[in-house]
Amino acid sequence: MHEMGIAMDILRIVQESIPAEMAGSKVQRVNLKVGKLSAIVPESLRFCFNVVAANTAAEGAELAVEEVPVVARCNDCGHAWTIDEAVFVCPKCRGARIEMLSGRELDIVSIELSEEEGDHADPR
Amino acid sequence: MLTPDKTLIYRHHEGHKGPHSHPHPHPHGGGVDTQRSGSREIKVVRRVLDANDMMAARNRELFAAKQIFVLNVMSSPGSGKTTTLRKTLSHLMPGLRCAVIVGDICTTIDADRLAESGAPVVQINTDAFGGDCHLAAHVIERALAGLDLDAIDVLIVENIGNLVCPAEFDIGEDKRVVILSVTEGEDKPAKYPLMFRECDAMLLNKIDLLPHLEYDVQATLSSVAQIHPGMPVFQISAKTGEGFEAWLAWLAAEVDAKRKR
Repeated sequence: MHEMGIAMDILRIVQESIPAEMAGSKVQRVNLKVGKLSAIVPESLRFCFNVVAANTAAEGAELAVEEVPVVARCNDCGHAWTIDEAVFVCPKCRGARIEMLSGRELDIVSIELSEEEGDHADPR
Repeated sequence: MLTPDKTLIYRHHEGHKGPHSHPHPHPHGGGVDTQRSGSREIKVVRRVLDANDMMAARNRELFAAKQIFVLNVMSSPGSGKTTTLRKTLSHLMPGLRCAVIVGDICTTIDADRLAESGAPVVQINTDAFGGDCHLAAHVIERALAGLDLDAIDVLIVENIGNLVCPAEFDIGEDKRVVILSVTEGEDKPAKYPLMFRECDAMLLNKIDLLPHLEYDVQATLSSVAQIHPGMPVFQISAKTGEGFEAWLAWLAAEVDAKRKR
């Protein structure tokens, strides 16, 4: 529901992450990790990002969303498992002291910038 | 948690390391490591909400310095947040000096109702902030300007009526409480697990209506026990005051616990 605000945050971080020596490059792709427990709808996020990124270095950039499963570990028996439904109790020992290993992510992993011909970029 | 100060920006040939390297298994796909010709990947590794997290941390420091206990109250619209808070305030005051920040997309109806308690109330209408569905940490920070923080023991934040988004945003609170009413259905916790995972206590409100409803309290309690085992659930009626002793005792203990820190 708050994808517009999230899209603005993503754009801000993307803009801050463009190295000075690559200023002027276009952002082709933004790689995100979104945990399945987060309140984000990737389709809405893409739509909003397209809107806020207009007329910026990230205009037209693709938002690549890697959905991260909800993984928990039981602090009693050490069992780790993927949570598919809203049950946060250890399936092995019925323990309730569980630790969330993943599923809450809303992270920017990386951005991919274009390296145009004749650019002064490194020779790789 | 990453802050911009700790942000790592390094080239992908430096490998996969830094704060993102954590031991749990999850598939690396989504093209993160693939390179198309003519592009260069820049590792970023930042939480999208890092600005909110930083502001929340700043709020939390301020609340600690001023010794203010902050309660974030969340629920769907119409669950009885305002009525519950009015009743709660009437018990807490004047023993504890309370203040309220109340968020709504529009209107000051809730603030007017809460102000009758005598507590200072700051209304936030999020339409000025883009009609947001939740209160973010910077909005709370701005609202604090309208309060005398030296004259407050307990600050209650009545969040926007919504079971989805407020759960995602830290505002610097000490404890989070979700209110569910028996007119909403037993399935709400399972439908909105993040909210019920993130809260420290739950109020099941409007129990005075149970004789008129086919509501299965036990089913709700079982569901909550699977989603957040051990979370205290207080069955209350904000209308009649039934069940408030246990809720108020929990709250008082939490306020005390913060003062002793």
